[in-house]
Order: sequence, then structure tokens, then C-alpha cells
Amino acid sequence: MKNSSIPIKRITLLTAIAGLIGPASPVLAQSTATTNVWTQPGIIGTVAVLLLVVVSVALLAIVRLARVVQQLNTQPDDEREREFEETIANLTPPQLALILERRNAMTTHLSGVELAGDSYAHDELGLVNHVTTDMHAPLVAEKKRTYHSSDVAQPLIQLVSAYLVCATFWLVFGTLVGWYVGVKFVRPDVDHLEWLSFGRLRPVHTNMVFWGWTSLAMLGLGYFVVARTGNTRLFSYRLGWVSLLLINASVIIGSICLMMGINNGGGEYREYVWPVMILFAIGLIIAFVNFYQTVARRSTGEIYISNWYMLAGLVWAITLSVIGYLPFYQNGLGETVIQGYYMHMGVGMWFMTFTLGLVYYFLPMSINKPIYSYSLGVLAFWTQLLFYSLIGTHHYVFSPLAWWLQTIAIVFSAGMFIPVLAGTTNFLMTLKGSSKHIADSYSLPFLLVGILFYFVGSVQGSMQAFRFTNLVWHFTDFNVAHSHITMYGIVAFLLWGCIYTVAPRFLGREPKQLLVGVHFWLALIGLLAYVVPLMVGGTLKGLSWMADKPFLESVVLMAPFWLWRAIGGTLMLLSHLVFAYNLYDMLLRKPVVRTSLPRLTSLAHV
Amino acid sequence: MFDFHENHQLLVGTAGGIFLFLSLLIAVKPAYTVQENNAPLPGSLPANAEIRAGMNVFIEEGCVACHTQQVRNIDMDKMWGGRPGIPADYAWRQRIDNLRATPSTLGTERTGPDLTEIGERQPSETWHYLHLFNPRTVVKESIMPAHPWLFQSVATVGQYDNELTVLDEYRSGDRGHIVPTEKARQLVAYLVSLKQVDLPGGTTAPPFIAYKKASPTVGANAPGPGAATALPDGAALYTTHCQACHQANGEGLKGAFPPLKSSAVVNDANAELLVQIILQGYNAREEYAVMPAIGAKLSDSEIAAIATHERTSWGNKAAPLTADFVKKIRETVKTETTGTASR
Repeated sequence: MKNSSIPIKRITLLTAIAGLIGPASPVLAQSTATTNVWTQPGIIGTVAVLLLVVVSVALLAIVRLARVVQQLNTQPDDEREREFEETIANLTPPQLALILERRNAMTTHLSGVELAGDSYAHDELGLVNHVTTDMHAPLVAEKKRTYHSSDVAQPLIQLVSAYLVCATFWLVFGTLVGWYVGVKFVRPDVDHLEWLSFGRLRPVHTNMVFWGWTSLAMLGLGYFVVARTGNTRLFSYRLGWVSLLLINASVIIGSICLMMGINNGGGEYREYVWPVMILFAIGLIIAFVNFYQTVARRSTGEIYISNWYMLAGLVWAITLSVIGYLPFYQNGLGETVIQGYYMHMGVGMWFMTFTLGLVYYFLPMSINKPIYSYSLGVLAFWTQLLFYSLIGTHHYVFSPLAWWLQTIAIVFSAGMFIPVLAGTTNFLMTLKGSSKHIADSYSLPFLLVGILFYFVGSVQGSMQAFRFTNLVWHFTDFNVAHSHITMYGIVAFLLWGCIYTVAPRFLGREPKQLLVGVHFWLALIGLLAYVVPLMVGGTLKGLSWMADKPFLESVVLMAPFWLWRAIGGTLMLLSHLVFAYNLYDMLLRKPVVRTSLPRLTSLAHV
Repeated sequence: MFDFHENHQLLVGTAGGIFLFLSLLIAVKPAYTVQENNAPLPGSLPANAEIRAGMNVFIEEGCVACHTQQVRNIDMDKMWGGRPGIPADYAWRQRIDNLRATPSTLGTERTGPDLTEIGERQPSETWHYLHLFNPRTVVKESIMPAHPWLFQSVATVGQYDNELTVLDEYRSGDRGHIVPTEKARQLVAYLVSLKQVDLPGGTTAPPFIAYKKASPTVGANAPGPGAATALPDGAALYTTHCQACHQANGEGLKGAFPPLKSSAVVNDANAELLVQIILQGYNAREEYAVMPAIGAKLSDSEIAAIATHERTSWGNKAAPLTADFVKKIRETVKTETTGTASR
């Protein structure tokens, strides 16, 4: 009777997953009749790549869940004891006689210390760090602990912590806003306040998670990496704080302006007006000076590859902001050329580049072995620069912009396979042979998911740029899904992996492992529940437009997918609250007073 | 020489230099070229200050997040405009002011319909006011945000105020007369001004390309065995062209748009007037908003399909129309008003 609950739970989970993907089947059935969408390489590739993720996550989730259920179903001890007592009471006389006969033999027994002696256990070197006398198997696998590293400078700890805390505040607040605008797709009349209307809140969400969460988290982690890899101290802590202040100010003022209806002409991701964005730009310039001077003062000969990515990311982001905001070439359709360039470079040359730099440090650090290939990292760096810079116009395929611009963007979008493949190979080869490490770590799963999404999201983005895929997907919710795969699946997951790697070392305080797991699974399942329905719905929408159906039909057909999006968004928001608590646990709670041998008292009982 | 791994100056200089060079090449230069080499088309400039102010309201409220204004050169975009957009269509766009950049009106999402020709498609100011106040008053399925802050409730209605007939369910307890504020009037002026301008004489528009066009769509309601002449899908055409005002149930909206259900004009055995109204528009009835001439852009068979749908739905039981009948009336109308209705 007890074991029956396993299949039941499995079935529920499977149906839930099937329900998620289910709506795709009518598309398959119906579209083969009218169009040949499913023979298009761009679409086949995207679907294949996506299935890869969904199936592997589903498998993993099922395996994990089955293990938990199995644990729950193993007989508790007291029940076994009761069975034992019942057996004793029901013994027949011959059985009893047999047992009594054995009693003599049992009185002679070893004392248990014949080999060890009875002297007290000493661990002078502190080699034993965890003793458990609890013999019950834990519900979830126990992960390896992270220890305090005492060699991180105190001011650096404070600076990095401040960045991470601010970033996390913007993450929670920014996703709360995002969640709310997502809800508005399902309940458009939930409020009628002008400050909270969809059109004004949407850029509040995007800008807040871009400049507030992602940028601050990257910079904070970057300060740690740049000082570590140069084997030197950070050039200036003060400048670090000034930078933090400026960027925070920019996000606060910018968000208020947007809610008041003051925006920079509505161009995506540059909605902050220039007096606000200039605060951010100055913050970046100061950060660049800080990073550059720290690298210049390194005591190592070579510049570690992470610093290539981080320094370049900063220079590129500064260049990009200046070009995006200078007015001299932005009248008429000039605005649109720059808009395509700006919004794509913002993601690729700033967020992606800088985060990859962080991974080149934190991935080897967390599995304690060097990066697989330095040269592949360098190849990925230069190809990223050459190819990524040219693909902005793929946001305006079939638009009135020059056809040659569109073609270049499409060609180099395909070229992006090279840096993406180089990066992914490098990371996966570094991880090769370390599966035990991954299973034992609570930070590596985040990095692994981020790396897989790096491949999936980037390849999908390349294929989305093709002309045919633009017919189906452009202007639909598919784009929204893609931007969440990249900025969330890649960047946010990688940043979390880095944070969970480094933050426990600062004060020697670990997050509760169970809560890290909760964060991980809520975020991952939330993300998939968000993107998969939007991709399916986006495809249906595009096909409906191609079939010249009335526009309203495409609005109506999206309703269930928007509901799924709200559900996924809710899970993501919850996961961020858990993450915020974990960060508080690691950085803000008073550090425990450490005795030299923290837990050895229990050794006496061994 | 290329010791990037040891020389940070060289590394940063090279990476920054290449990026700047590529940016100038792929973004700044093309942007500058397209800005300098395109003059605004005659008639494409926003005609007055009110319309310009309306565009600023459009930007303030973030409408560009969901509404595109670009007709792409592919078949599927034909429903949004008569010709693909060209750079000159956008050449008039300028920085809004010292604070705000050029409005990014092309857009990247089509959560709502494209607005390139909204002024052509929906010229009724009454409709736009109602729709802005709460889109669901006119389009039940819409998920567009309501904008009640663009309206105010007044005790007495002024002579030039356009009072809105709002059903109680869309009012939040307020029983006053609802009239648009200045911002709403500006925004609506902007919206109804949006239409593609004709290219100057001698210029031909770029063609729509049939880019890997899907095999001709088989209409959702394949013609039944009895249909002698296969008309297009009247119900779908009605949804696209008529439903926003006359509603899916054909009952219209009280005080704004007349019902078609059991309407004498629709059910008349002689459908001449019905087709004429579709072709030429209608403004004979005080109590309702003006009906635009939507037939100019529809083919004879499309009009026949719509009229047939209207005459046979919601309990209406009039005879279907044929494309030939529409064609005949179109010719009569043309000869009656030669010159004025040449478009």
C-alpha cells in the first residue's frame, strides 16, 4: 500500500509535464497540413535544443523526487521494533530453546577497543570536521561544506557583500514588478493606477533587473576575482563604494521617472533619460578604472582570462552607452539602427561577456582544477568581439532598414556558434570527470545549468535570427521567452553559482543546504514553466498571423499560455525570496564565534 | 608583439578599439547615412502641435511596448498596410526634446495590433475614447490596460466635450459625466492621424515578398457543398473589420455604435443601402458615431462575405449576397460621385 504512492506521484508529475508541453501537439498535427514550418532548419534546431533541456530536467526531477519518496517510504525504526517484539512474543518453545542455547555464546563478546585502545580521541590537526551519530539516512543528500577563508581582506568582504545585498534587493523587487506585469496579461483590470500601468511598469522591470540586479552582482563578484587573480589588493575600495552608490541612485531615480511617464522615447533598455543613465555610465567608468588599475598592479605575470572578459565587458559597455545616447545620428530611421545595435550589444557585450569572465574563475575554483583550455577561452573572446558586435539588426529583419544590414546580422548570428561552442566545450571539459564534485556541491548545479542554457539559449538565439524563423516568431511572445532563457537561465543561474561559491567563504557562514536546493528547483522549474508555454504560444500566434487570421484570434489563443507564464513567474519570485534569505544567512547574520575545534566535543562519543 | 596576456594596455586598447571600429561601421555610419539621405514624405509630418503632443503621450504611457508601427515587406503584413514601410516614412522623427530621444515607434512586439494605419482602420474618435477608457468596453477579449487617468468625471458636460457612454460595470462607482482630458484628446488625435501616406507620383512602393509563403490557406470554414461561389470567410472578416464597433454579438454599443442584429438596413431584402454604407460610410444618425468608409480597401467578394455574414447571423435571416451584386453597386457609387471617391 505504501509503495503505491510512488507511481502515483510519478504519474502526477508526468501529467503535469505533459500538460505543459501538450498544447504543442495540435500545432504539429495541424501545421503539417497547411505549412511546412516543421521542415525549417531553424525551427527543428530550436525545438531539438529545447527538448534536450526539458527532457533532461524532467528526468532529473523525477529521479530526485523518486529518491525522496523512497526515503519517506522506508520503514521507520519504531515500526520495525514493534514487529520484532511481536515476533518474540509469538515464539514457539523449540525456537525459544534454540535461542537460550545461543545465550551462552553471546555472553562472550569483544569489548570493541581491542584494536584501538581506550585512550581519548585527539584530532590535533583538525582533520575531522564533521561527526554524525545520527544513523538515519537524511531526506536529501548532504552536500560538501564550504569553509571560511581567512585570507580575504576585510574591506573587500564588506564591499562585495554590499554589492551582492543591493543586487539581491533589486532582484527581488525587479521580479516582483515583472511578476505583476505578467499577472496583468491574465487580469488586465487588477488595478487602474497610472503609476502601475503595464506600459510604465514593463521598462521598470527590465531596467531594474538589468542595471540593478545583474550589473551590481557581476561587479561585486568581479572585485573579488580581479583582486584574487592578480594576487594583489583592490586598487581602491572607496571608488568601489562610489560606483555602487551611483548605480543604485540611477536605478532608484530611473524607476521613479518611468513610473511618472518620463522615458527616453521608449527604446528598449534605454528607457532611462540621459541624466539618469549618466549616473550609471559614470559608475561603470569608475568601476573600469578600479578594475584596470588593479590589473595593472597585479603581482602575477599573466593576466588571467577572467580579467580579459571583465575589462573588455566594461570598456564595451561604456562605449555602448555613449553610442546609444549620443543624439547626432538618431533622427529618422537612424534611431532604429542604433536601437537594434544597443539592445543586443547590451546583452552580449556587457552581461554575457562579464559573466563568462566570472565563470572562467569560479568554475575552476569550485572544482579545484584549472580551466580545460586557456586557448579556447581566448578564441571565444576574440570571436565574441568580432561576431557579436555585428548582429544588432537581427531585431529588425524585414523592417525598412537596409537589407545588407539585415543580412550581415543574420550571417554573423550564425557565426556566434563558434564562440558559444568554444565556451561551452571549455566549461564542460573542465567539469569532465568531476561528476562527484557536482553531486556533492550546492553551487555547482547552478553553474552547470547556466552553462547548459548558455549553449541552448545562444544557439536558439542564432536560429531565431534566420529569415524564416523571423516570419513565425518575430513580434510574438517567443522573444520574451528567449530573453528570459538568456538573462535568467544563463546569466542569473551563473551568478547564483558564483555567489554560492564565494559568499560562504567570507564569514564562514553557510546557507541551509535544503534552502539552496529549494531555490534551485523553484527557479529552474519556474523558468521552464515560463518559457516553454510562451514558445509554444508564440509559435501558434505567428502561424495564426501567417494564415491571415483576424488579429484578435491570436490574442485569445494566448490566454492559457499567459496563465502558465504567471505560474512560472510566481515560482521564480518565490525562489528569489528563498535566495534572499540564503544571502542574509551567509552575509548579514552575526558570524558565529568560532572555537578552534568547532564540533569536536562530539568525538568523545565515538 | 601580440602579448595580450601580459600587456593589459594592449589588451584593453585592442578590444576597445576593435569594438569601437565595428560599432562605427555597423551602427553609427548606417544610422547617420539613413538619417541624412531620407526626406520626410509629403504629408507624413505630424500636422499640428496637438498630434505631436499626442505622440508624446503615446510614448509616456509605454504604448510602444505592445504596438508596432512597421509594415514589413512580407505577405503576412499586408493586413497592416497597403505597402511595406520605407525609410522615408520615418524620416520626420526627431528627438522629442533635450531630455528625451527620438521616439522608438517601430516597436519589437505585437501584443496588440500594428498601428501604422490605425487612423485609416478606425477613424472614429468615439471608439478610441471608449477603448482608451477601458478597452474591454469595446473589445471584450482585449488585455490592453485601461487608462482611466486620461479621463475625468465632471458634473456638467461642456459644449465641446465628448461625453463617453460608459456602462456601469466599467465605472468604479462614479456616476458623473466622463469626458476626456486634454491628454486623451491629444492621444486620440495622434492615433487617428496615423495612416500610410501615398508615395509621391512616379515612385513605386517596394513589393511585398512572398517569402516562403505557406501554401494557400484553406479557409477555416471550407465552403459547403451548396455554396456556388466560394466567398472568403465572412465571420473572420467581420472580426477584423467590424467587430470592434458592432461587437461579436452584433448588438453594437448603446449610444455609440448601432446594432446590426434585427436592423432594418441589414435585413432589407434590397441590400443596396447596406453595401453602400460599407463602401461609403454613414453619418445619417445623430445618436451614433460616424461610420467610416471601410469598403474602399476590401474586394467585392470580401464585402459580399461580410454582408452575408451580417445578414445570416444573430437571428438575422436575409438572403446572402454575391460579389457581382457588390460590384454593381460599387460602379453605381463611383459614377454618382466621380472624382471624390476615386481612391
